[in-house]
Amino acid sequence: MDLEIELRVDGTEHRLTVDTRTTLLDALRERLGNTSPKKGCDHGQCGACTLLLGGRRILGCLALAVAHQGADIVTSAGLADGELHPLQRSFIAHDAFQCGYCTPGQIVSAAGMLREAREGWPSAVSKDPGAVDVVLDDEEIAERMSGNLCRCAAYANIVPAIAEVAHR
Amino acid sequence: MRPFRYERADEVSAAVTTLVREPEAAYLAGGTNLVDLMRLEVMTPEVLIDVRRLTSDRIEELPDGGLRIGAAVTGSDLAADLRVRRRYPVLSQALLSGASGQLRNLATTGGNLLQRTRCPYFQNVTTPCNKRAPGSGCSALEGYQRDMAILGASPACVATHPSDMAVALAALDAVVTVAGPDAERRIPLTELHRLPDTTPERDTVLERGELITGVELPPPHGAARSRYRKVRDRASYAFALVSVAVALEVADGSVRDVRIALGGVAHKPWRAATAEAVLRGAPATRESFMDAAAAELSAARPLPGNAFKVPLARNTMVSTLLELLEEAR
Ligand SMILES: Cc1cc2nc3c(=O)[nH]c(=O)nc-3n(C[C@H](O)[C@H](O)[C@H](O)COP(=O)(O)OP(=O)(O)OC[C@H]3O[C@@H](n4cnc5c(N)ncnc54)[C@H](O)[C@@H]3O)c2cc1C
Ligand code: SF4
Ligand code: FES
Ligand code: FES
Repeated sequence: MDLEIELRVDGTEHRLTVDTRTTLLDALRERLGNTSPKKGCDHGQCGACTLLLGGRRILGCLALAVAHQGADIVTSAGLADGELHPLQRSFIAHDAFQCGYCTPGQIVSAAGMLREAREGWPSAVSKDPGAVDVVLDDEEIAERMSGNLCRCAAYANIVPAIAEVAHR
Repeated sequence: MRPFRYERADEVSAAVTTLVREPEAAYLAGGTNLVDLMRLEVMTPEVLIDVRRLTSDRIEELPDGGLRIGAAVTGSDLAADLRVRRRYPVLSQALLSGASGQLRNLATTGGNLLQRTRCPYFQNVTTPCNKRAPGSGCSALEGYQRDMAILGASPACVATHPSDMAVALAALDAVVTVAGPDAERRIPLTELHRLPDTTPERDTVLERGELITGVELPPPHGAARSRYRKVRDRASYAFALVSVAVALEVADGSVRDVRIALGGVAHKPWRAATAEAVLRGAPATRESFMDAAAAELSAARPLPGNAFKVPLARNTMVSTLLELLEEAR
Protein backbone atom coordinates (compact mmCIF):
# COMPACT_ATOMS: atom_id res chain seq x y z
CA MET A 1 0.00 0.00 0.00
CA ASP A 2 1.29 3.47 -0.95
CA LEU A 3 0.53 6.65 0.97
CA GLU A 4 1.43 10.26 0.30
CA ILE A 5 3.18 11.94 3.21
CA GLU A 6 4.90 15.21 4.02
CA LEU A 7 8.18 15.43 5.88
CA ARG A 8 10.26 18.44 6.85
CA VAL A 9 13.90 17.37 6.75
CA ASP A 10 16.71 19.70 7.80
CA GLY A 11 14.42 22.67 7.15
CA THR A 12 13.17 21.64 3.70
CA GLU A 13 9.59 20.48 3.06
CA HIS A 14 9.14 17.30 1.04
CA ARG A 15 6.03 15.60 -0.28
CA LEU A 16 6.52 11.98 -1.29
CA THR A 17 4.62 8.76 -1.85
CA VAL A 18 5.92 5.81 0.15
CA ASP A 19 5.12 2.14 0.58
CA THR A 20 3.76 1.72 4.14
CA ARG A 21 6.77 -0.48 4.95
CA THR A 22 9.21 2.43 4.50
CA THR A 23 10.95 3.56 7.69
CA LEU A 24 11.99 7.17 8.27
CA LEU A 25 15.58 6.00 7.79
CA ASP A 26 14.85 4.50 4.37
CA ALA A 27 12.70 7.46 3.33
CA LEU A 28 15.60 9.80 4.08
CA ARG A 29 18.38 7.70 2.59
CA GLU A 30 16.69 6.01 -0.36
CA ARG A 31 14.03 8.54 -1.33
CA LEU A 32 15.37 11.95 -0.32
CA GLY A 33 19.08 11.27 -0.82
CA ASN A 34 19.98 12.30 2.73
CA THR A 35 22.61 9.73 3.69
CA SER A 36 23.68 11.47 6.88
CA PRO A 37 21.84 8.94 9.11
CA LYS A 38 23.36 5.47 8.71
CA LYS A 39 21.91 1.97 8.74
CA GLY A 40 23.97 -0.11 11.17
CA CYS A 41 21.70 -2.90 12.34
CA ASP A 42 18.12 -2.01 11.26
CA HIS A 43 16.91 -3.50 14.60
CA GLY A 44 17.20 -0.63 17.08
CA GLN A 45 20.42 -1.95 18.55
CA CYS A 46 23.16 0.47 17.43
CA GLY A 47 21.97 4.10 17.20
CA ALA A 48 23.61 4.82 13.81
CA CYS A 49 20.21 5.91 12.45
CA THR A 50 19.51 8.46 15.22
CA LEU A 51 17.40 11.46 14.12
CA LEU A 52 15.82 14.38 15.91
CA LEU A 53 12.04 14.15 15.57
CA GLY A 54 10.37 17.32 16.82
CA GLY A 55 13.61 17.99 18.73
CA ARG A 56 13.79 14.57 20.40
CA ARG A 57 16.26 11.86 19.46
CA ILE A 58 14.73 8.70 18.05
CA LEU A 59 15.75 5.72 15.90
CA GLY A 60 14.89 6.11 12.20
CA CYS A 61 15.07 2.36 11.58
CA LEU A 62 12.11 1.50 13.85
CA ALA A 63 9.87 4.46 12.96
CA LEU A 64 7.48 3.95 10.05
CA ALA A 65 7.36 7.02 7.80
CA VAL A 66 3.55 6.83 7.47
CA ALA A 67 3.22 6.98 11.27
CA HIS A 68 5.13 10.28 11.33
CA GLN A 69 3.36 12.31 8.67
CA GLY A 70 4.24 15.99 8.82
CA ALA A 71 7.20 15.31 11.12
CA ASP A 72 10.01 17.82 11.57
CA ILE A 73 13.26 15.88 11.27
CA VAL A 74 16.85 17.00 11.78
CA THR A 75 19.88 14.94 10.79
CA SER A 76 23.54 15.55 11.57
CA ALA A 77 23.87 17.28 8.20
CA GLY A 78 21.09 19.66 9.21
CA LEU A 79 22.72 20.50 12.54
CA ALA A 80 25.46 22.28 10.57
CA ASP A 81 24.00 25.68 9.84
CA GLY A 82 26.42 27.28 7.41
CA GLU A 83 29.22 26.35 9.76
CA LEU A 84 29.82 23.18 11.74
CA HIS A 85 27.78 22.57 14.89
CA PRO A 86 29.79 22.86 18.16
CA LEU A 87 29.44 19.08 18.66
CA GLN A 88 30.80 18.44 15.17
CA ARG A 89 33.78 20.71 15.82
CA SER A 90 34.38 19.06 19.18
CA PHE A 91 34.30 15.55 17.66
CA ILE A 92 36.97 16.66 15.16
CA ALA A 93 39.08 18.38 17.84
CA HIS A 94 38.95 15.27 20.07
CA ASP A 95 39.46 12.73 17.29
CA ALA A 96 36.20 11.13 18.43
CA PHE A 97 35.92 8.66 15.53
CA GLN A 98 37.92 6.30 13.36
CA CYS A 99 35.83 5.00 10.44
CA GLY A 100 33.13 7.63 11.07
CA TYR A 101 30.16 5.36 10.38
CA CYS A 102 28.55 5.84 13.79
CA THR A 103 29.46 9.54 13.98
CA PRO A 104 26.35 11.27 12.54
CA GLY A 105 24.22 9.16 14.90
CA GLN A 106 26.51 9.95 17.85
CA ILE A 107 26.32 13.68 17.13
CA VAL A 108 22.54 13.82 16.68
CA SER A 109 22.12 11.67 19.79
CA ALA A 110 24.43 13.97 21.78
CA ALA A 111 22.44 17.02 20.63
CA GLY A 112 19.20 15.38 21.80
CA MET A 113 20.85 14.21 25.02
CA LEU A 114 22.12 17.70 25.91
CA ARG A 115 18.61 19.05 25.53
CA GLU A 116 17.21 16.28 27.76
CA ALA A 117 19.81 17.14 30.41
CA ARG A 118 18.93 20.87 30.18
CA GLU A 119 15.31 19.91 30.80
CA GLY A 120 16.40 18.07 33.95
CA TRP A 121 15.72 14.51 32.79
CA PRO A 122 17.38 11.94 35.06
CA SER A 123 19.32 8.88 33.90
CA ALA A 124 19.84 5.39 35.33
CA VAL A 125 23.04 6.56 37.06
CA SER A 126 21.59 9.76 38.56
CA LYS A 127 22.05 9.54 42.33
CA ASP A 128 18.90 11.43 43.33
CA PRO A 129 15.92 10.69 41.06
CA GLY A 130 14.10 13.76 42.41
CA ALA A 131 16.88 16.27 41.65
CA VAL A 132 16.14 18.72 38.84
CA ASP A 133 19.70 19.82 38.06
CA VAL A 134 21.69 17.40 35.95
CA VAL A 135 25.48 17.40 36.27
CA LEU A 136 26.86 15.74 33.16
CA ASP A 137 29.96 13.97 34.47
CA ASP A 138 31.60 11.26 32.38
CA GLU A 139 29.49 8.50 33.96
CA GLU A 140 26.29 10.37 33.11
CA ILE A 141 27.42 11.03 29.53
CA ALA A 142 28.37 7.37 28.98
CA GLU A 143 25.02 6.15 30.35
CA ARG A 144 22.96 8.66 28.39
CA MET A 145 24.88 7.83 25.19
CA SER A 146 24.71 4.04 25.68
CA GLY A 147 22.24 3.71 22.80
CA ASN A 148 25.01 4.63 20.35
CA LEU A 149 27.51 1.87 19.72
CA CYS A 150 30.89 2.52 18.11
CA ARG A 151 32.46 -0.49 16.45
CA CYS A 152 35.83 1.31 16.42
CA ALA A 153 35.45 1.87 20.18
CA ALA A 154 36.22 5.58 20.00
CA TYR A 155 34.32 5.99 23.29
CA ALA A 156 37.42 7.26 25.10
CA ASN A 157 37.34 10.33 22.84
CA ILE A 158 33.57 10.59 22.29
CA VAL A 159 32.87 11.19 26.00
CA PRO A 160 35.38 14.09 26.30
CA ALA A 161 34.15 15.56 22.98
CA ILE A 162 30.60 15.71 24.34
CA ALA A 163 31.74 16.80 27.81
CA GLU A 164 33.50 19.84 26.35
CA VAL A 165 30.29 21.05 24.71
CA ALA A 166 28.18 20.12 27.76
CA HIS A 167 30.37 22.14 30.12
CA ARG A 168 30.43 25.30 28.01
CA MET B 1 8.56 -7.23 5.64
CA ARG B 2 5.13 -8.26 4.32
CA PRO B 3 2.93 -5.52 2.80
CA PHE B 4 0.28 -4.03 5.09
CA ARG B 5 -2.36 -1.35 5.20
CA TYR B 6 -1.87 1.57 7.58
CA GLU B 7 -4.86 3.19 9.28
CA ARG B 8 -5.54 5.67 12.01
CA ALA B 9 -8.70 5.32 14.03
CA ASP B 10 -10.50 8.41 15.30
CA GLU B 11 -12.29 6.59 18.09
CA VAL B 12 -11.44 3.77 20.44
CA SER B 13 -14.60 1.87 19.50
CA ALA B 14 -13.67 2.00 15.79
CA ALA B 15 -10.19 0.68 16.48
CA VAL B 16 -11.55 -2.15 18.62
CA THR B 17 -14.13 -3.06 15.98
CA THR B 18 -11.49 -3.22 13.25
CA LEU B 19 -9.32 -5.50 15.33
CA VAL B 20 -12.18 -7.83 16.15
CA ARG B 21 -13.34 -7.92 12.52
CA GLU B 22 -9.94 -8.32 10.86
CA PRO B 23 -8.01 -11.27 12.28
CA GLU B 24 -4.78 -10.06 10.70
CA ALA B 25 -4.91 -6.53 12.13
CA ALA B 26 -2.64 -5.23 14.93
CA TYR B 27 -2.30 -2.05 16.98
CA LEU B 28 0.78 0.09 16.40
CA ALA B 29 2.15 2.44 19.06
CA GLY B 30 5.83 3.52 19.06
CA GLY B 31 6.66 0.59 16.78
CA THR B 32 9.96 -0.17 18.51
CA ASN B 33 9.02 -3.80 19.07
CA LEU B 34 6.36 -4.42 16.43
CA VAL B 35 8.27 -2.96 13.44
CA ASP B 36 11.30 -5.05 14.38
CA LEU B 37 9.20 -8.24 14.64
CA MET B 38 7.51 -7.44 11.32
CA ARG B 39 10.90 -7.05 9.66
CA LEU B 40 11.85 -10.47 11.06
CA GLU B 41 8.45 -11.75 9.82
CA VAL B 42 7.72 -13.06 13.31
CA MET B 43 4.61 -10.92 13.15
CA THR B 44 2.85 -10.46 9.82
CA PRO B 45 -0.17 -8.18 10.27
CA GLU B 46 -2.04 -7.11 7.14
CA VAL B 47 -3.43 -3.97 8.77
CA LEU B 48 -1.81 -1.65 11.32
CA ILE B 49 -4.08 0.55 13.40
CA ASP B 50 -2.04 3.44 14.77
CA VAL B 51 -3.29 4.04 18.31
CA ARG B 52 -0.82 6.67 19.52
CA ARG B 53 -3.22 9.57 19.11
CA LEU B 54 -6.16 7.48 20.26
CA THR B 55 -5.01 7.02 23.85
CA SER B 56 -3.90 9.75 26.25
CA ASP B 57 -0.31 10.96 26.35
CA ARG B 58 -0.81 12.67 29.72
CA ILE B 59 -0.08 11.79 33.33
CA GLU B 60 -2.90 12.95 35.58
CA GLU B 61 -3.55 13.14 39.33
CA LEU B 62 -6.23 10.80 40.64
CA PRO B 63 -8.54 11.98 43.46
CA ASP B 64 -7.08 9.37 45.85
CA GLY B 65 -3.54 10.71 45.46
CA GLY B 66 -2.48 8.22 42.81
CA LEU B 67 -1.59 8.86 39.17
CA ARG B 68 -3.17 7.86 35.88
CA ILE B 69 -0.74 7.28 33.01
CA GLY B 70 -2.18 7.39 29.49
CA ALA B 71 -1.21 4.44 27.27
CA ALA B 72 0.54 6.78 24.80
CA VAL B 73 2.83 8.37 27.42
CA THR B 74 6.39 7.70 26.30
CA GLY B 75 8.94 5.98 28.49
CA SER B 76 11.04 9.12 28.65
CA ASP B 77 8.15 11.40 29.65
CA LEU B 78 7.08 8.95 32.35
CA ALA B 79 10.61 8.54 33.72
CA ALA B 80 11.16 12.32 33.77
CA ASP B 81 7.85 13.25 35.42
CA LEU B 82 8.68 14.85 38.78
CA ARG B 83 5.67 13.30 40.52
CA VAL B 84 6.78 9.85 39.39
CA ARG B 85 10.41 10.53 40.35
CA ARG B 86 9.48 11.71 43.85
CA ARG B 87 6.56 9.41 44.71
CA TYR B 88 7.45 6.26 42.75
CA PRO B 89 11.25 6.37 42.22
CA VAL B 90 11.26 2.63 41.47
CA LEU B 91 9.20 3.26 38.33
CA SER B 92 11.41 6.03 37.02
CA GLN B 93 14.53 3.94 37.70
CA ALA B 94 13.06 0.87 35.98
CA LEU B 95 12.22 2.86 32.84
CA LEU B 96 15.64 4.52 32.75
CA SER B 97 17.41 1.18 33.07
CA GLY B 98 15.62 -0.12 29.96
CA ALA B 99 16.49 0.31 26.28
CA SER B 100 18.16 3.64 25.28
CA GLY B 101 17.33 7.35 25.23
CA GLN B 102 16.27 7.14 21.58
CA LEU B 103 14.04 4.10 22.15
CA ARG B 104 12.41 5.58 25.26
CA ASN B 105 11.44 8.66 23.24
CA LEU B 106 9.39 6.45 20.88
CA ALA B 107 8.22 3.64 23.16
CA THR B 108 4.85 4.00 24.86
CA THR B 109 3.44 2.71 28.14
CA GLY B 110 0.92 0.44 26.37
CA GLY B 111 3.50 -0.95 23.96
CA ASN B 112 6.00 -1.55 26.72
CA LEU B 113 3.54 -3.79 28.60
CA LEU B 114 2.80 -5.81 25.46
CA GLN B 115 6.32 -6.15 24.07
CA ARG B 116 7.11 -9.76 23.15
CA THR B 117 9.81 -11.96 24.63
CA ARG B 118 13.42 -11.57 23.45
CA CYS B 119 13.87 -15.38 23.30
CA PRO B 120 16.19 -15.81 20.28
CA TYR B 121 14.14 -18.74 18.93
CA PHE B 122 10.94 -16.73 19.08
CA GLN B 123 12.67 -14.09 16.95
CA ASN B 124 14.06 -16.59 14.44
CA VAL B 125 11.39 -18.01 12.13
CA THR B 126 13.61 -20.91 11.07
CA THR B 127 13.61 -22.54 14.54
CA PRO B 128 10.82 -24.38 16.39
CA CYS B 129 9.03 -22.26 18.98
CA ASN B 130 5.69 -22.97 20.65
CA LYS B 131 5.04 -19.31 21.32
CA ARG B 132 5.41 -18.32 17.65
CA ALA B 133 4.19 -21.54 16.06
CA PRO B 134 2.11 -23.52 18.59
CA GLY B 135 2.97 -27.22 18.62
CA SER B 136 6.34 -26.84 16.87
CA GLY B 137 8.34 -27.43 20.06
CA CYS B 138 10.55 -25.33 22.31
CA SER B 139 14.10 -24.87 21.02
CA ALA B 140 15.30 -23.39 24.30
CA LEU B 141 14.90 -26.67 26.21
CA GLU B 142 17.98 -28.02 24.42
CA GLY B 143 19.50 -24.69 23.46
CA TYR B 144 20.45 -21.23 24.70
CA GLN B 145 19.13 -20.81 28.23
CA ARG B 146 20.91 -17.81 29.73
CA ASP B 147 17.90 -15.49 29.44
CA MET B 148 15.25 -18.09 30.28
CA ALA B 149 12.87 -18.42 33.22
CA ILE B 150 13.53 -20.08 36.58
CA LEU B 151 10.03 -19.59 38.02
CA GLY B 152 6.61 -20.56 36.66
CA ALA B 153 7.87 -22.00 33.36
CA SER B 154 6.36 -25.04 31.63
CA PRO B 155 7.70 -27.74 29.29
CA ALA B 156 6.01 -25.80 26.48
CA CYS B 157 7.91 -22.54 27.02
CA VAL B 158 10.63 -21.19 29.31
CA ALA B 159 10.75 -17.62 27.96
CA THR B 160 10.89 -14.49 30.12
CA HIS B 161 8.99 -11.23 29.85
CA PRO B 162 11.48 -8.51 28.96
CA SER B 163 9.91 -5.34 30.38
CA ASP B 164 11.59 -3.46 33.22
CA MET B 165 8.71 -1.01 33.62
CA ALA B 166 6.22 -3.83 34.22
CA VAL B 167 8.31 -5.18 37.11
CA ALA B 168 8.13 -1.82 38.91
CA LEU B 169 4.41 -1.57 38.15
CA ALA B 170 3.88 -5.07 39.60
CA ALA B 171 5.52 -4.01 42.86
CA LEU B 172 3.43 -0.82 42.95
CA ASP B 173 0.07 -2.64 42.65
CA ALA B 174 -0.71 -0.78 39.41
CA VAL B 175 -3.97 -1.41 37.55
CA VAL B 176 -4.27 -1.53 33.76
CA THR B 177 -7.38 -0.05 32.16
CA VAL B 178 -8.58 -1.73 28.99
CA ALA B 179 -11.24 -0.90 26.40
CA GLY B 180 -12.83 -3.90 24.71
CA PRO B 181 -15.67 -4.86 22.37
CA ASP B 182 -18.11 -4.94 25.27
CA ALA B 183 -16.99 -2.71 28.10
CA GLU B 184 -14.03 -1.20 29.87
CA ARG B 185 -12.31 -3.35 32.41
CA ARG B 186 -9.60 -2.96 35.00
CA ILE B 187 -6.89 -5.59 35.35
CA PRO B 188 -4.35 -5.63 38.20
CA LEU B 189 -0.94 -5.50 36.54
CA THR B 190 0.08 -8.73 38.26
CA GLU B 191 -2.79 -10.49 36.47
CA LEU B 192 -2.24 -8.97 33.00
CA HIS B 193 0.53 -11.35 31.93
CA ARG B 194 0.11 -15.14 32.03
CA LEU B 195 2.31 -18.08 32.81
CA PRO B 196 2.95 -20.20 29.70
CA ASP B 197 1.31 -23.45 30.81
CA THR B 198 0.26 -25.30 27.61
CA THR B 199 -0.61 -22.12 25.66
CA PRO B 200 2.54 -19.98 25.50
CA GLU B 201 1.24 -18.24 22.38
CA ARG B 202 -0.86 -16.12 24.73
CA ASP B 203 1.30 -13.62 26.63
CA THR B 204 -1.56 -11.91 28.45
CA VAL B 205 -5.18 -12.32 29.49
CA LEU B 206 -6.29 -9.68 26.96
CA GLU B 207 -8.98 -10.74 24.52
CA ARG B 208 -8.74 -10.06 20.80
CA GLY B 209 -9.25 -6.35 20.13
CA GLU B 210 -8.77 -5.16 23.69
CA LEU B 211 -6.92 -1.86 23.79
CA ILE B 212 -4.87 -0.69 26.77
CA THR B 213 -5.99 2.86 27.56
CA GLY B 214 -3.84 3.56 30.59
CA VAL B 215 -2.25 2.48 33.85
CA GLU B 216 -3.32 3.66 37.30
CA LEU B 217 -0.97 3.90 40.26
CA PRO B 218 -2.44 3.76 43.76
CA PRO B 219 -1.20 6.42 46.20
CA PRO B 220 2.38 5.73 47.33
CA HIS B 221 2.52 3.67 50.54
CA GLY B 222 3.29 5.71 53.65
CA ALA B 223 6.99 5.98 54.33
CA ALA B 224 7.93 3.31 51.84
CA ARG B 225 11.17 3.80 49.97
CA SER B 226 11.49 2.14 46.63
CA ARG B 227 14.27 1.13 44.29
CA TYR B 228 14.92 -0.81 41.06
CA ARG B 229 18.06 -2.84 40.65
CA LYS B 230 18.90 -4.48 37.30
CA VAL B 231 21.70 -6.98 36.68
CA ARG B 232 22.77 -7.60 33.08
CA ASP B 233 25.62 -8.66 30.84
CA ARG B 234 26.77 -5.10 30.11
CA ALA B 235 26.52 -1.88 32.10
CA SER B 236 23.74 -0.34 30.00
CA TYR B 237 21.47 -0.95 26.98
CA ALA B 238 20.85 -4.64 27.66
CA PHE B 239 17.92 -6.67 28.92
CA ALA B 240 17.90 -7.92 32.51
CA LEU B 241 19.33 -11.25 33.57
CA VAL B 242 17.63 -10.55 36.88
CA SER B 243 16.01 -7.39 38.19
CA VAL B 244 14.33 -6.47 41.46
CA ALA B 245 11.79 -3.79 42.30
CA VAL B 246 11.40 -3.21 46.03
CA ALA B 247 9.34 -0.86 48.19
CA LEU B 248 10.19 -1.14 51.91
CA GLU B 249 8.71 0.46 54.99
CA VAL B 250 10.48 -0.10 58.30
CA ALA B 251 9.22 0.94 61.74
CA ASP B 252 10.95 0.28 65.09
CA GLY B 253 13.37 -2.14 63.49
CA SER B 254 10.63 -4.27 61.93
CA VAL B 255 9.31 -4.56 58.41
CA ARG B 256 5.96 -2.79 58.44
CA ASP B 257 5.29 -3.20 54.73
CA VAL B 258 7.21 -4.57 51.77
CA ARG B 259 6.54 -5.13 48.10
CA ILE B 260 8.92 -7.06 45.90
CA ALA B 261 8.76 -7.98 42.21
CA LEU B 262 11.35 -9.78 40.11
CA GLY B 263 12.18 -9.39 36.42
CA GLY B 264 14.08 -11.67 34.06
CA VAL B 265 13.00 -14.78 35.95
CA ALA B 266 9.55 -15.66 34.58
CA HIS B 267 7.05 -15.40 31.72
CA LYS B 268 5.55 -12.46 33.61
CA PRO B 269 6.70 -9.81 36.08
CA TRP B 270 7.05 -11.98 39.20
CA ARG B 271 5.49 -10.57 42.35
CA ALA B 272 7.40 -12.18 45.23
CA ALA B 273 4.40 -12.77 47.48
CA THR B 274 6.08 -15.57 49.45
CA ALA B 275 9.06 -13.38 50.34
CA GLU B 276 6.73 -10.53 51.29
CA ALA B 277 4.74 -12.78 53.63
CA VAL B 278 7.93 -13.94 55.36
CA LEU B 279 9.07 -10.35 55.82
CA ARG B 280 5.93 -8.58 57.02
CA GLY B 281 6.34 -7.99 60.74
CA ALA B 282 9.78 -9.67 60.84
CA PRO B 283 12.88 -7.89 62.16
CA ALA B 284 14.46 -5.77 59.40
CA THR B 285 17.77 -7.64 59.29
CA ARG B 286 19.98 -9.37 56.77
CA GLU B 287 18.87 -12.73 58.21
CA SER B 288 15.19 -12.00 57.54
CA PHE B 289 16.01 -10.80 54.04
CA MET B 290 18.00 -14.00 53.35
CA ASP B 291 15.15 -16.16 54.70
CA ALA B 292 12.59 -14.32 52.58
CA ALA B 293 14.64 -14.61 49.38
CA ALA B 294 15.30 -18.29 50.03
CA ALA B 295 11.58 -18.94 50.62
CA GLU B 296 10.65 -17.24 47.34
CA LEU B 297 13.29 -19.09 45.35
CA SER B 298 12.53 -22.51 46.82
CA ALA B 299 10.03 -22.77 43.94
CA ALA B 300 12.74 -22.10 41.34
CA ARG B 301 13.30 -24.82 38.72
CA PRO B 302 16.32 -23.62 36.75
CA LEU B 303 17.62 -25.14 33.52
CA PRO B 304 21.25 -26.25 33.22
CA GLY B 305 22.07 -23.01 31.36
CA ASN B 306 20.55 -20.58 33.84
CA ALA B 307 21.07 -22.09 37.31
CA PHE B 308 23.20 -19.02 38.12
CA LYS B 309 20.01 -16.97 38.20
CA VAL B 310 18.89 -18.53 41.50
CA PRO B 311 21.77 -17.15 43.61
CA LEU B 312 21.79 -14.00 41.45
CA ALA B 313 18.13 -13.32 42.19
CA ARG B 314 18.62 -14.13 45.88
CA ASN B 315 21.62 -11.83 46.27
CA THR B 316 20.04 -9.01 44.26
CA MET B 317 16.92 -9.16 46.43
CA VAL B 318 18.90 -9.18 49.68
CA SER B 319 21.29 -6.39 48.70
CA THR B 320 18.49 -4.14 47.43
CA LEU B 321 16.54 -4.63 50.67
CA LEU B 322 19.70 -3.86 52.66
CA GLU B 323 20.30 -0.67 50.65
CA LEU B 324 16.79 0.56 51.35
CA LEU B 325 17.15 -0.36 55.04
CA GLU B 326 20.39 1.60 55.20
CA GLU B 327 18.69 4.65 53.64
CA ALA B 328 15.80 4.47 56.08
CA ARG B 329 18.19 4.79 59.04
C1 LIG C 1 17.56 -2.70 21.21
C2 LIG C 1 16.42 -2.68 22.18
C3 LIG C 1 16.67 -2.77 23.53
C4 LIG C 1 15.62 -2.74 24.44
N1 LIG C 1 15.90 -2.85 25.77
C5 LIG C 1 14.88 -2.89 26.67
C6 LIG C 1 15.12 -3.05 28.06
O1 LIG C 1 16.27 -3.14 28.49
N2 LIG C 1 14.06 -3.09 28.90
C7 LIG C 1 12.78 -2.99 28.45
O2 LIG C 1 11.86 -3.01 29.27
N3 LIG C 1 12.52 -2.85 27.15
C8 LIG C 1 13.53 -2.79 26.25
N4 LIG C 1 13.27 -2.68 24.92
C9 LIG C 1 11.89 -2.81 24.48
C10 LIG C 1 11.11 -1.54 24.44
O3 LIG C 1 10.87 -1.11 25.76
C11 LIG C 1 9.79 -1.85 23.73
O4 LIG C 1 10.08 -2.09 22.39
C12 LIG C 1 8.80 -0.73 23.82
O5 LIG C 1 8.48 -0.43 25.15
C13 LIG C 1 7.54 -1.05 23.04
O6 LIG C 1 6.70 0.08 23.03
P1 LIG C 1 6.13 0.65 21.64
O7 LIG C 1 5.21 1.78 21.97
O8 LIG C 1 7.22 0.96 20.69
O9 LIG C 1 5.29 -0.61 21.16
P2 LIG C 1 4.96 -1.21 19.72
O10 LIG C 1 6.17 -1.84 19.15
O11 LIG C 1 4.24 -0.20 18.91
O12 LIG C 1 3.92 -2.34 20.17
C14 LIG C 1 4.29 -3.46 20.93
C15 LIG C 1 3.07 -4.39 21.05
O13 LIG C 1 2.05 -3.79 21.84
C16 LIG C 1 0.83 -3.70 21.13
N5 LIG C 1 0.22 -2.43 21.57
C17 LIG C 1 0.84 -1.21 21.59
N6 LIG C 1 0.03 -0.30 22.20
C18 LIG C 1 -1.10 -0.95 22.57
C19 LIG C 1 -2.30 -0.57 23.27
N7 LIG C 1 -2.50 0.69 23.70
N8 LIG C 1 -3.25 -1.51 23.50
C20 LIG C 1 -3.08 -2.79 23.08
N9 LIG C 1 -1.97 -3.21 22.40
C21 LIG C 1 -0.98 -2.30 22.17
C22 LIG C 1 1.21 -3.77 19.68
O14 LIG C 1 0.17 -4.31 18.90
C23 LIG C 1 2.42 -4.68 19.71
O15 LIG C 1 2.02 -6.03 19.72
C24 LIG C 1 14.30 -2.65 23.98
C25 LIG C 1 14.04 -2.55 22.62
C26 LIG C 1 15.08 -2.56 21.71
C27 LIG C 1 14.78 -2.47 20.25
S1 SF4 D 1 11.19 -20.55 25.38
FE1 SF4 D 1 9.14 -20.03 24.58
S2 SF4 D 1 9.61 -18.40 23.14
FE2 SF4 D 1 11.56 -19.47 23.45
S3 SF4 D 1 11.66 -21.14 21.93
FE3 SF4 D 1 10.68 -22.02 23.74
S4 SF4 D 1 8.49 -21.74 23.27
FE4 SF4 D 1 9.57 -20.30 21.95
S1 FES E 1 20.21 1.12 12.33
FE1 FES E 1 18.74 1.90 13.72
S2 FES E 1 19.56 1.33 15.63
FE2 FES E 1 20.93 0.38 14.25
S1 FES F 1 33.97 5.51 14.42
FE1 FES F 1 33.81 3.57 13.48
S2 FES F 1 31.96 2.83 14.35
FE2 FES F 1 32.33 4.60 15.51
